[in-house]
Amino acid sequence: MTQIVQMKGMNKYFGKLHVLKDIDLSVEQGEVVVIIGASGSGKSTLIRCVNGLEEFESGHLEVEGQALAPKGGNQKMLAEIRKEVGMVFQQFNLFPHLTVKKNIMLAPQKVKNTPQTVANATAERLLERVGIGNQADKYPSHLSGGQQQRVAIARALAMEPRLMLFDEPTSALDPEMIGEVLDVMRELAKEGMTMMVVTHEMGFAREVADRVIYIHEGQIVEQGKPDDVFDNPQNERTQAFLSRVLAH
Amino acid sequence: MESQFQFDWQAAINSIPFLIKGIPYTLLISFGGLLIGFALGIIFGLLSINRHWFLKWPATAYIEIFRGTPILVQVLFIFYGLPDLIGGPIDPLTAGIAAIALNSGAYISEVVRGGVQSIDKGQTEAGLSLGLSRTQTFWSIIWPQAFRRMIPPLGNQAIVSIKDTSLFSVIGVGELVRQGQVYIANTFTAFEVYFVVAVMYLAITLSLSLVLRLVERRGLASV
Repeated sequence: MTQIVQMKGMNKYFGKLHVLKDIDLSVEQGEVVVIIGASGSGKSTLIRCVNGLEEFESGHLEVEGQALAPKGGNQKMLAEIRKEVGMVFQQFNLFPHLTVKKNIMLAPQKVKNTPQTVANATAERLLERVGIGNQADKYPSHLSGGQQQRVAIARALAMEPRLMLFDEPTSALDPEMIGEVLDVMRELAKEGMTMMVVTHEMGFAREVADRVIYIHEGQIVEQGKPDDVFDNPQNERTQAFLSRVLAH
Repeated sequence: MESQFQFDWQAAINSIPFLIKGIPYTLLISFGGLLIGFALGIIFGLLSINRHWFLKWPATAYIEIFRGTPILVQVLFIFYGLPDLIGGPIDPLTAGIAAIALNSGAYISEVVRGGVQSIDKGQTEAGLSLGLSRTQTFWSIIWPQAFRRMIPPLGNQAIVSIKDTSLFSVIGVGELVRQGQVYIANTFTAFEVYFVVAVMYLAITLSLSLVLRLVERRGLASV
């Protein structure tokens, strides 16, 4: 199996705060890895390191066979890595001054010099795929949260990434809109996309994940198949976390 | 002592043709200076938020010096002081435009800085995560949004600068106030003439406000 992401002994600090501690983790092609943990545990920071939005202090990180240097090192691989790695944010981060379609066309045109007609066709196809083909010419602020997040997914997919990162993609959504976003993610997983997902949606994790990782205070304390982690957690911290989040 | 003063409408009307000759100078100094000031504002505003100290410090020094000293002193320095340095006279019009440019440039730098820094960090992260370079992210994502937010404070600065040109009567540019002073020296109708001068400034600034409001409405319509 091809490894898309490889982390070995990775450490990350915010000032004196040690937020990621000796992280060893690899993600294989086509694998869906769901990362769970309390807020502040470092799970978002972990996936933000994968596309260089956060720098790490020590250890080894390889994405698509290209090594990302620790803080202060040579970051010339970063641009290449970012072309291959899509990201979806909690707050959508759509570009408010561009229409939905232009949001999706921007990166292929600027980064890959895709001709406008091709970028346009891709955008329309992707919008159909995420179920909002009729909203192409609207501005993001005229869409619901769920629709905005689906546009954000389409925008990332337009670069034809080999890996998708999801940073709490449903946490800013009204409850009735969470399902539509999870549906799109479920489809993506089914089509074989490699995904790293930080989420609090335990139902989604159990159903879609190939592997669930539990992070506590910057350390991976447990990982395994979703049924094993959820039904039979070995570590007492995982047990405590799960009993809190699954209780209601 | 009882005031026998009565507003002399005829004197006011008579002064108009002479005063109006000052308007082109007022507009030329204001808008010529503001245009250069806008260019300076973009350059120094962006440098002032640059990560490299050797770009940031000179820009910050420029901004603090020209915001922290009176524009009257600046124009006197340029008109009377600078010729000693460069070994030749500077004509009043050039000195006036330079003073407005340098002064408004400092304030516009702050407008640019504030506008850019007001854009959510998530926008930059989204651009970078899509593979755009820092430069591409800035010019196609951050700047268009920041510029829209800059329009009201830029309009404000334009109005301030137009009024600042009135101080340049001291270096003898034939702008509105200077024309008024010359006219009064011959007619002694200070009340009427300064009244007309004030109305002319108001006409210029109100027209500008109106245009800006239209621009703002159009600019914000899409967001």
